[in-house]
Amino acid sequence: MAQINRIGEGLVDTSRTLSFTFNGDTLAGHPGDTLASALLANGIRFVGRSFKYHRPRGIFTAGSEEPNALVQLRTGAHQEPNTRATVAELFDGLTATSQNHRGSLKFDLLAMNDLLTPFLGAGFYYKTFMWPKSFWEKVYEPLIRNSAGLGRLSGEADPDSYDKGFLHCDVLVIGAGPAGLAAALTAGRAGARVILADEDFRFGGRLLAETHEIDGADGVDWAEQAVAELAAMDNVRLMSRTCVHGAFDHGIYGALERKTDHLPKSGGKPRQVLWRIYSRRALLCAGATERSICFGNNDRPGVMLAGAVRTYVNRFGVTPGQRVAIFTNNDDGWRTAHDLAEKGVEIAAVIDSRDGTPPAAPHGAMVAMGSAVTNAAGRHGLRSLTLTNGQTIQADCLAVSGGWNPNVHLTCHQRGRPVWRQDIAAFVPGGDLPVGMSVAGAAKGDMTLSAALKAGHGAGNAAAKDLGFTASRKAAPKSDDEAADVTAFWQVRESKTRAWVDQQNDVTVKDVKLAHQDGFRAVEHLKRYTTLGMATDQGKTANVLGLAIMAELTGRTIPETGTTVFRPPYSPVPIGAFAGRSRGKDFRPYRLTTSHGWAEEQGAVFVETGMWLRAQWFPQPGETHWRQSVDREVTRTRGSVGVCDVTTLGKIDIQGRDAAEFLNKVYANGFAKLPVGKTRYGLMLREDGIAMDDGTTARLAENHFVMTTTTANAVSVFRHMEFCRQCLWPGLDVHLISATEQWAQFAVAGPNSRKLLQKLVDAEHDISNEAFPFMACAELTVCGGTPARLFRISFSGELAYEIAVPARYGDAMVRALMAAGEAFDVVAYGTEALGVMRIEKGHAAGNELTGQTTARDLGLGRMVSKKKDCIGNTLSEREGLNREDGLTLVGFRPVDRATELKAGAHFVVKGKPVTTENDQGWMTSVAWSPTLGHSIGLGFIQRGHDRMGETVIAADPLRGNDIEVEIVSPHFVDPEGERLRA
Amino acid sequence: MIIDHPLLGPRDAAEFYVLGDASLIERPDWQDDNAAAAFDSYMHLRDNPAGEHRELWFHEQGDRSWLVVTRNTLTHEVVKVELARDVALALGRST
Amino acid sequence: MRYSAFRILKEGLTGNRGWTPVWREPEPKPAYDIVIVGGGGHGLSTAYYLAKEFGVTNVAVLEKGWLGSGNIGRNTTIIRSNYMLPGNEPFYEFSMKLWEGLEQDFNYNAMVSQRGILNLAHSDPQRDGYARRGNAMRMAGADAVLLDADGVRKLCPFLDFDNARFPIRAGLWQPRGGTVRHDAVAWGYARGADSRGIDIIQNCEVTGFQIKDGVCSGVETSRGTIAAKKVAVCVAGSSSHVMAKAGMRLPIESHVLQAFVSEGLKPVIPGVVTFGAGHFYVSQSDKGGLVFGGDIDGYNTYAQRGNLPVVEDVCEGGMALMPMIGRARLLRMWGGIMDMSMDGSPFIDKTHIDGLYFNGGWCYGGFKATPASGFCYAHLLARDEPHPTATEMRLDRFSRGRPIDEKGMGAQPNLH
Repeated sequence: MAQINRIGEGLVDTSRTLSFTFNGDTLAGHPGDTLASALLANGIRFVGRSFKYHRPRGIFTAGSEEPNALVQLRTGAHQEPNTRATVAELFDGLTATSQNHRGSLKFDLLAMNDLLTPFLGAGFYYKTFMWPKSFWEKVYEPLIRNSAGLGRLSGEADPDSYDKGFLHCDVLVIGAGPAGLAAALTAGRAGARVILADEDFRFGGRLLAETHEIDGADGVDWAEQAVAELAAMDNVRLMSRTCVHGAFDHGIYGALERKTDHLPKSGGKPRQVLWRIYSRRALLCAGATERSICFGNNDRPGVMLAGAVRTYVNRFGVTPGQRVAIFTNNDDGWRTAHDLAEKGVEIAAVIDSRDGTPPAAPHGAMVAMGSAVTNAAGRHGLRSLTLTNGQTIQADCLAVSGGWNPNVHLTCHQRGRPVWRQDIAAFVPGGDLPVGMSVAGAAKGDMTLSAALKAGHGAGNAAAKDLGFTASRKAAPKSDDEAADVTAFWQVRESKTRAWVDQQNDVTVKDVKLAHQDGFRAVEHLKRYTTLGMATDQGKTANVLGLAIMAELTGRTIPETGTTVFRPPYSPVPIGAFAGRSRGKDFRPYRLTTSHGWAEEQGAVFVETGMWLRAQWFPQPGETHWRQSVDREVTRTRGSVGVCDVTTLGKIDIQGRDAAEFLNKVYANGFAKLPVGKTRYGLMLREDGIAMDDGTTARLAENHFVMTTTTANAVSVFRHMEFCRQCLWPGLDVHLISATEQWAQFAVAGPNSRKLLQKLVDAEHDISNEAFPFMACAELTVCGGTPARLFRISFSGELAYEIAVPARYGDAMVRALMAAGEAFDVVAYGTEALGVMRIEKGHAAGNELTGQTTARDLGLGRMVSKKKDCIGNTLSEREGLNREDGLTLVGFRPVDRATELKAGAHFVVKGKPVTTENDQGWMTSVAWSPTLGHSIGLGFIQRGHDRMGETVIAADPLRGNDIEVEIVSPHFVDPEGERLRA
Repeated sequence: MIIDHPLLGPRDAAEFYVLGDASLIERPDWQDDNAAAAFDSYMHLRDNPAGEHRELWFHEQGDRSWLVVTRNTLTHEVVKVELARDVALALGRST
Repeated sequence: MRYSAFRILKEGLTGNRGWTPVWREPEPKPAYDIVIVGGGGHGLSTAYYLAKEFGVTNVAVLEKGWLGSGNIGRNTTIIRSNYMLPGNEPFYEFSMKLWEGLEQDFNYNAMVSQRGILNLAHSDPQRDGYARRGNAMRMAGADAVLLDADGVRKLCPFLDFDNARFPIRAGLWQPRGGTVRHDAVAWGYARGADSRGIDIIQNCEVTGFQIKDGVCSGVETSRGTIAAKKVAVCVAGSSSHVMAKAGMRLPIESHVLQAFVSEGLKPVIPGVVTFGAGHFYVSQSDKGGLVFGGDIDGYNTYAQRGNLPVVEDVCEGGMALMPMIGRARLLRMWGGIMDMSMDGSPFIDKTHIDGLYFNGGWCYGGFKATPASGFCYAHLLARDEPHPTATEMRLDRFSRGRPIDEKGMGAQPNLH
């Protein structure tokens, strides 16, 4: 197909031709084109369907405000829904398809919705689909959902990558139109670090779309010179294809830079970069967006905004039609007529809603003052117009201008509310701007080029001066003031057919009227009831129209009616860009212990515990089920000796003259009198009296302690202790260092653990039972001089130790332990065996320390000292935490030993219904005990201690098996603790 | 947001952990006659003002200072940043 | 006016001229039996149930802005009753049952859509926790299904099963969970309350309480003094500063929860999906937008907006869980102010001031509670005793040591 509407060069490179397809048809365009300009060049006006009525739609604008020309770009996993053709840069091989139709674009089955309009007005769905009740979910909603949405996701993982970056500047200039360029120039010349960002791929803003002159030169050339001057400044960063999408606290702006969207393939580079820009000052020079006028069938393909028509003609060398009519309420519309006529396009008519003398009309054009368009005809593309006087005009394009709305969006992202300016019939930024932001140019209501240049120039200087830079004395660029008179005109009342306010969401003037009739008159009610402004364009071309029509209906002024507020982002941002590289395996970092490589060599199965990867078990040849591995690890540990990496436990180094006093305050049990060379189990409460964490703390020297925390709470315990140290007891001489990563630590457990360690601990250190009894600790050396710490503590209930070495020796240590253990048939055990052994011993862990249980519940009530001040002491005495019928941690075993217990089952008394009222507690942890040969469990049950031997039901309606269990002591193995003292 | 750390200068808020009202510094005396009530109100009740709010921030990804940040909860403007330890000492807290 | 398909047909054929306002715009009367402060979801449902269930109609609802302008119109529209603790679960299940009959009850289609909610577990302890919770739900009469990884895959094949940092191990599935068109809930309740004679007064801000000798006898408003036998405050998001006018300090902090919606997409996500290893939950609206959110920003605020770190955190969770959404564009972000309480659970209670009642502290869970909250508050107001499902939601539960702490985070509101 030939480019029948290509009438000139504009700013595209017609020397090169690019090939692209739309709905399978191969078409041609040029570098510098957008998909929209190329489609128009090829004479294609009908490109999509609207959301609700599936009305045929064309290209309405030339920017990111586009409500209609949304397409699916690219194919396969790269398929990208809802892309505005008006901002998609053309590249060779681009494929685009239209969206939201069933059947072809031209014959859309759902276009019948348009015939049902009388019944599908605003909010119709709130009033029906209620009978019969079951039909909503079975019939009505599936119907609605099937027709929901516009574009389609591929359903495959996004194959592109996204990056994130941080930028800092003195002055961020948002928008590189005349005001933005002028501002960047003055701020840059003054020496400020400037970032100039614009969402377009070429700087210049409206200058690219107009035929203005600045300082006697062509506006486009002036922009080019300005960009060249800026590019030569080291202190200026130019960011095209970059949309500043949100204004956040303290001068931080979000921006999206499109890196490879304009290329056929990303070539391994990130598709887009999400920037966080930290600015001291921000100048919003975002220009203005034109709005339409409501008249009958004003949504026909071929009806366009007048400024967009100029853009296509001047910038892209494309006329959107062969015979163009203009409908305007302001002087700006006339510019379109002149620019088109200049390029030789036939002007069918200029229709101006204002009375009075017409501005000079292009030669031969029919002029109708005080008139309006009442209807547009041509279902798949405009054919003719009807005026208020009944006259019909043949035209294939209608350029409409209802005036311009300053792009105040970013001024509203915090507290700002726009205010109405009657003289330009538009909202302008109000007070309460984001800190550091000022606004210049059309975004502030400076609606002429000369005013915008002057304001931008001044704003750039002012920002620089404000930051202590010396402003340059160079004069502001000059331009003539163009005519910019406007008289508010929102809708053509004579229209008898539907007139669209929000084109994408199909909100018509009638819908606004119905909202009024139904009582939805507040601006927000109007929006929510009709969906006005909730489409992908956030109502950029629609909101003010809807508001104005509601004002007319209620007889109030626009300021009395309310104002529209915009939320970030200014233009929609791909979710992938916000996520950046944090996806897949890179979603969060992995923390690996020093024995990880060794464990991998052993074929360990790993499990995530927080960010850590820990060996869960070590399968051996011939083992087909994880239980076989775990049973072996438990049995051999209890039978001889096992080694387990416990590095992930939090480690906090505590030093200072008052270290003991400090520990005495943060632990519920006493620590003041712990002798040097001893370790003690410590229970930490939250200030509200609930158990927070537990672990062991060793006193290495008078003023030196080492604490361990649970893996899960390592960070929060350290934070809490710093809070206690800095905020509660700042006078104590104590210092804390988080040492979790600094030490590799291994549990060595089992009757042969001492013998094993004796082979490694250097001979001068006596670790015999007498010299190094249960709960002893020492700093010593191993393997011929390597520094180490040894703790005789036991989680397994066996004779056991934990040995810590500086992290760099961790790998060597585990290998040395395993080698030294060969004589004892040592076994490496993972977290699963660790868990089994702790359940066999009745130790509480994460499933019990839920943040809901007290020391009393855990059976540790007596540990909470009443003789000292400690965190949580006072509030632990509250009545509800000391109830007679309170929960207690006890053991459970199945009455029928062959049955398997399940964690999460709830306890009810035998014979009672399984209901909330009869709920007496729940099973927290279960394990198969290879030592006992049956399933065992820990759990909380009311008055547990008084009910030893009682049989209750562990009810598990979720998995459908209720089983009888016996309440027993939680210490299943070696209740007297003889083994660990051996 | 940006927190102007008294020792380190302006730092991104994402480096911090926010605990809440700075009144948590003023932990009651456990031996007071009405300690139970005092602890209950200390732990559970908040002024929660719409306006200036003194609050505790922990520089977790930094120097591990606890800070008292005076910040407006309507505008997010940061009015003042102090080391919590200094605030606690000024309140007469010691051991 | 009764709404029906027939009515729509009739109006459509006669130019839609017969529709009348959904609610009146009455002037406030000098006195009422009950004045409800706050015309959000909970205030309006309280009014509705006072009239419908308890026959109390001499009631005004005072709203400082436009009705439904609070969190009822800012949430992510999810309903569920997948709570764990006995102080909560029966209440939320009661709410779920009210949702299920709501539209026929108030003759307004709020699009209650029970497409299910899936909470994912990524570790054995998390699965055990869901088992405990699922059983608690079943014991309270709710529905719950514990799925293994294959079961999750069958339900949501688009999740990342092959390359996940935190592999999906299980899921707690509540088929009756789902979404509701949030604004319509406010409008439906308002319509139902208004038609039963209750005055809904918009643009009427309460500036003070008339309290003497420990008795509250009315409110001062921007439209004059209004006397009331009972004043029922119901202003979640603003609770602290409204109750401060009565001299009360609350166990509440205000925080912002951000929410997000994508551009409209053809249906891809069946129900509600919640990530268990990051901050992300998502559903897809009847219009096709992905509606999603994550955690609160974490600092005290009354500004209805958040900051970028949380936006990025939420989207990271989204991409980690369902990498197919990368090319969907985030269309709009906004924030709502949460009454974050000290244990993450709400209050429906009398205060120590006679005649002054308080409903708040809903954290980010207020929407799903809207029907039961209104019902139980109406019960308390009409009968002066708590509804059987809301007996634990008391203001003094902290001093008594009976918190309802689902997450086990203790008295730190930003962790709930």
